[in-house]
Amino acid sequence: MSSLDPRVNRLDFKKATDGEVHTNSHLITWEVFHQDKRGKQAVHVGIVHASTPEMALILAKEQYARRGKTTNLWVAKTSDVYTFSTHDEDIFETTPEKTFRDPAFYKVRDRIEKFQNRNKVTI
Amino acid sequence: MYGSTNLSEEDARRMNTTVEDPEKLEAFEARIARGEKIEPQDWMPVEYRKQLIRMIEQHAHSEIVGALPEGTWITRAPNFRRKLALIAKVQDEVGHGQLLYSAAETLGKTREEMMNDLLSGKSKYSNVFNYPANTWADIAVIGFLVDGAAIVNQTINSKGSYGPYCRALERICYEESFHLKQGHDNVVYLATGTKHQRAILQDAINRWYRPLLHFFGPPDVQSAHSEKLMKWKVKLASNDDMRNQFLDMYVPKILELDITFPDPNLKKNEDGIWEFSDPDWDEFKRVINGDGPCNAERIAVRKFAEEAGRWVRQALMNPSEKYQVPLA
Ligand SMILES: [Fe+2]
Ligand SMILES: [Fe+2]
Repeated sequence: MSSLDPRVNRLDFKKATDGEVHTNSHLITWEVFHQDKRGKQAVHVGIVHASTPEMALILAKEQYARRGKTTNLWVAKTSDVYTFSTHDEDIFETTPEKTFRDPAFYKVRDRIEKFQNRNKVTI
Repeated sequence: MYGSTNLSEEDARRMNTTVEDPEKLEAFEARIARGEKIEPQDWMPVEYRKQLIRMIEQHAHSEIVGALPEGTWITRAPNFRRKLALIAKVQDEVGHGQLLYSAAETLGKTREEMMNDLLSGKSKYSNVFNYPANTWADIAVIGFLVDGAAIVNQTINSKGSYGPYCRALERICYEESFHLKQGHDNVVYLATGTKHQRAILQDAINRWYRPLLHFFGPPDVQSAHSEKLMKWKVKLASNDDMRNQFLDMYVPKILELDITFPDPNLKKNEDGIWEFSDPDWDEFKRVINGDGPCNAERIAVRKFAEEAGRWVRQALMNPSEKYQVPLA
């Protein structure tokens, strides 16, 4: 093979005859979390495949911290992350009866005014 | 054609005959119609999964193989700043491949299976990367116009229905804007430079013109359609619409430099539609089926990398670890 790429021409293709990825040769999957500024939350950005946590961090740095600001990266094995099933999405729905959790529910101005009128309170 | 949504005859037929649970299908389609995304754990039609895997995998291969013609010129970049920019761009492209492989993995195909299908020729990658980068001007044209075409495709696809693919594309599009800018800068420098610089740029444009028209796939009248892929927001724009959008954005940017396209029939009609001569769709088919100028080299280089690097990966492997599908 004669290539325009001098590096390709230097390769000894005769040495590479078995160009197949052997099955079961996958590395561990890691979920990556990115923190852009000190004081901000780490946010999930994607995954890398790596054999060790150290390697996962190096690959995560190459993949998710090439540009912009990064303060830190976290990696966690995918197998160690637990989630709800997406079918259970409805358990997070807020019902109307939960207004007691809502700051806007607490309105006292009317009551104060009535009290002041009734008792002739002036300030 | 980056990640092609063109169906084979057989796929198109199966698409219309596979029977799904009507209740689940209705809920799935209603979710997409509301503009919500589908996530990996959700129920999805068999054909939705299959077509997405094919398309995202093909897109990932395109990024990886696409780094090869550009990588050719890293050692011969004309100056240090251009060399740094090209290294950064090639690294981005390989990173895009990684992001896309991850997105395809969430649908249930392992990265190793995808790699094997690339090496065996079972999976395709974008046709445009089967052409050589003869001179430095090719790097300018690839950076500006091939990336420009890729951006049209990727921006449209990022509005699709599959969450992990959309998230990957959003990251990718952000980086692509740098590719485009440095490519344009490179083109403008050559176009406003010496006679020789203008000549190699014109020559590169002449050679890339047809592959660029091929980039978005065959004309709509020639490609198997699927209403379902549109409804499921896997395909969001027709090949002809994307091609037209590309020509509209980039043709004027070449013409203003007093560089021409090798096609006397290239012009915009009154309806705003670009017309052009037949770019030889037979050549497109020949090249995609393996008979292009660089198909053999691209695959040989990937195979070599696979085999030469195997001992490193094997040394790193922990055999007790089971493969885990990424979460999102
Ligand atoms: Fe890319
Ligand atoms: Fe790019």
